[in-house]
Amino acid sequence: MTTDLASTETAEADQSARAKVSVRGLWKVFGSNVPAELTPELVEESKSDLRERFGLVVGLRDVSFDVQASETFVVMGLSGSGKSTLVRTLLRLIEPTFGSIEVDGEDIVRLDDAQLTHYRQNKTAMVFQHFGLLPHRNVLENAAWGLEVKGVDKEERLERARAALEVVGLKGWEQSRPNTLSGGMQQRVGLARAMAVEPEVLLMDEPFSGLDPLIRRDMQNELIRLQQQERRTIIFITHDLNEALKLGDHIIIMRDGAVVQYGTSEDILSHPADPYVEEFVRDVRKSSVVTLRTLMQPLAANLSDDMTPKRAMDALSAQGEVAGFVTDRLKMYVGAVSFSSLAEANQRGDANIKKAFVDDVPALSEDMSVSAALPMTRRFTGALPLVDGAGGLAGQLRPAAVVEMMERESAEEAEETESTMTVGADA
Amino acid sequence: MATQAPTGETETASIGERFKALPDRVVYLGGLAVFLLVSLVIVWIWGSDIGFGVDFQRSLADGVDEAIFWTTRNLDFIFDNISTGVLWFLLRVESAFKWVPWPVMIVGVTLLGLRLAGQRMAIFSAVTLLGVGLIGLWGSAMETLALIVVAVTISIGIAVPVGIVIARNDTLDALLRPILDAMQTMPSFVYLVPAVMFFGIGNVPAVFATVIYAVPPAIRLTSLGIRQVSPNIVEAARSFGTTPRQLLWKVQIPMAVPTIMAGINQTTMMALAMVVIASLVGAGGLGEDVNRALGRLEPGKALFGGIGIVVLAIIIDRLTQSAAKERQQALTGGH
Ligand SMILES: Nc1ncnc2c1ncn2[C@@H]1O[C@H](COP(=O)(O)OP(=O)(O)OP(=O)(O)O)[C@@H](O)[C@H]1O
Ligand SMILES: [Mg+2]
Repeated sequence: MTTDLASTETAEADQSARAKVSVRGLWKVFGSNVPAELTPELVEESKSDLRERFGLVVGLRDVSFDVQASETFVVMGLSGSGKSTLVRTLLRLIEPTFGSIEVDGEDIVRLDDAQLTHYRQNKTAMVFQHFGLLPHRNVLENAAWGLEVKGVDKEERLERARAALEVVGLKGWEQSRPNTLSGGMQQRVGLARAMAVEPEVLLMDEPFSGLDPLIRRDMQNELIRLQQQERRTIIFITHDLNEALKLGDHIIIMRDGAVVQYGTSEDILSHPADPYVEEFVRDVRKSSVVTLRTLMQPLAANLSDDMTPKRAMDALSAQGEVAGFVTDRLKMYVGAVSFSSLAEANQRGDANIKKAFVDDVPALSEDMSVSAALPMTRRFTGALPLVDGAGGLAGQLRPAAVVEMMERESAEEAEETESTMTVGADA
Repeated sequence: MATQAPTGETETASIGERFKALPDRVVYLGGLAVFLLVSLVIVWIWGSDIGFGVDFQRSLADGVDEAIFWTTRNLDFIFDNISTGVLWFLLRVESAFKWVPWPVMIVGVTLLGLRLAGQRMAIFSAVTLLGVGLIGLWGSAMETLALIVVAVTISIGIAVPVGIVIARNDTLDALLRPILDAMQTMPSFVYLVPAVMFFGIGNVPAVFATVIYAVPPAIRLTSLGIRQVSPNIVEAARSFGTTPRQLLWKVQIPMAVPTIMAGINQTTMMALAMVVIASLVGAGGLGEDVNRALGRLEPGKALFGGIGIVVLAIIIDRLTQSAAKERQQALTGGH
């Protein structure tokens, strides 16, 4: 889980061996006299200087990243930041100027025409913002396109195309012309066309950007559902941070053709690398993405279920706590105790603290988002236990921290609305 | 190319910059004045009929004549073969059209009109074709139709491959473009003479001249149709590993069909416009009727022959246009 860019570079060989797609030092320079080698000017001059002085447009600038198998890898950035250029170079629909693109350890940049055709037919498939469906063919024939090009015989390819259409919810529309369908449905055809070839790497260039917000959300959920069923390696382009956060296991943020940050949703929200990223992050409700793990505190006292009530009371009072969380021998969370329940058990003469549990303390998953936890934490003043995916006790949470975060966020939002309203009034 | 930023005050600006700063209109008027002055001086010194001193026309024209004579003498086997082939094709088509009894032909065209272009077109076809028969021009009309069909078929046979090639090759496109312009604008008499020299008098040089005049729009529109296939669609197709050949046959050509059909429609219209001129080198049919009437000062007969051509033109035009439109609708899925 700790694949940030720095560690990838130190353990490069190891990482790339495992990565599905591994991009190193990728450049794309547009222009009529592009230098044959990576010259110092290219490296040092800014994008606008290169354009003005040399007539060169830098589409990609020294881009490196790894995409692990079965993850959804999101590339995001503003318009013109080079996202489309990047995803097209991965298929060599645009030829990269310098650098390497390894897919399963094979450098795509070095393939000859026949090998490239084979690679496109067998390893990858792409979904486009503008659909790119063939208007003279019906939906079924469109979905079968990738298989047809590959030479799969008619019966089989139509069969597989029909299955793919069913998966994206287009059963019954096989005979329609693409142009008679709505945008959302056309994009489903695009998705089915890509899925029908069962690509190892699925490339998606702003596939949902042209759709209405509601349909966009449907399609995102659809993609998540599909991804849960058959985990493919997906490289997903978007300019919408919410979409990136929702879909991406890892995200890179691009600006002027270069990667400015690599990380998980949380990394990007919690530690924006620069003001550019901060600008994006500002518009997102952090609390819906940040998990309780970020608010987690270490346990005040380590209590195990074979302790005597007396020892547990001592451990709590040493820390000045009134409640504590108990684990079994395997460090699994078993229950919460309070000072008073322990005192009662002590008076009863219990041998251990197993009967001193109080039952109304909920255990929260550390992967839960802060906003989702708010209703459950509101009633409590004392600490709550946080458990990891396996049920182990990971730490504790101060309910106040949740409330504080939510309040800070709404205050910021209110401020922003106010300032936009003032601007509006000025104009 | 470094453009000096005009940071200094106006007083320090160079003369060049000051000149640039003049309004365009002043520059143009100044230029015009200089031009007029120079012209006046020339007329004043040498007069207005100066002459060029030399004349290359004779020698150049002789060269061209030589080349054509040489071709006629030495490449006659090629022309003979072409001639035989075209004639064979033309006779087949003509006898087919003449073999079909006129009521069958009229009903056939009427039904086709009904299917492609609707009721009004069907009625128009029936009435006008019947009219052509009643004024005794049926045989001529069928001859002309055969000529058109053959010329257009040959044109398509040339235009589609050539159009495809120049759609995919910018250099060839740039080379061919002025040639196509010339073919369309060159007065047809200019190539009628070599046509007769190559193929003799008769239907074959007529077909040849007709093809030269009529083929450019079909070539142009074939190329246009292929070039205008949306780059988004081409890119999406390529992303799935589509080979250039698959791209051509399964994407570009099917999507170019409506445009190609528009080109064929234009070609057909232009071929019809050549009918009278083609009769000058011996083609039969309505063109010959008009031509003969012209020679005998019979304006009435000339008019009817002309009307016959117009009727053919309108019917063929509407039918091919409707067919193209239908195909276009099938592509866009609209109504
Ligand atoms: N064929 C080309 N020739 C010259 N410059 C190009 C070409 N294609 C792209 N560019 C430039 O490369 C840069 C990146 O473009 P790209 O289309 O990859 O951006 P993007 O991030 O996909 O933007 P958007 O969100 O608008 O799709 C832009 O500055 C663009 O002008
Ligand atoms: Mg883009």
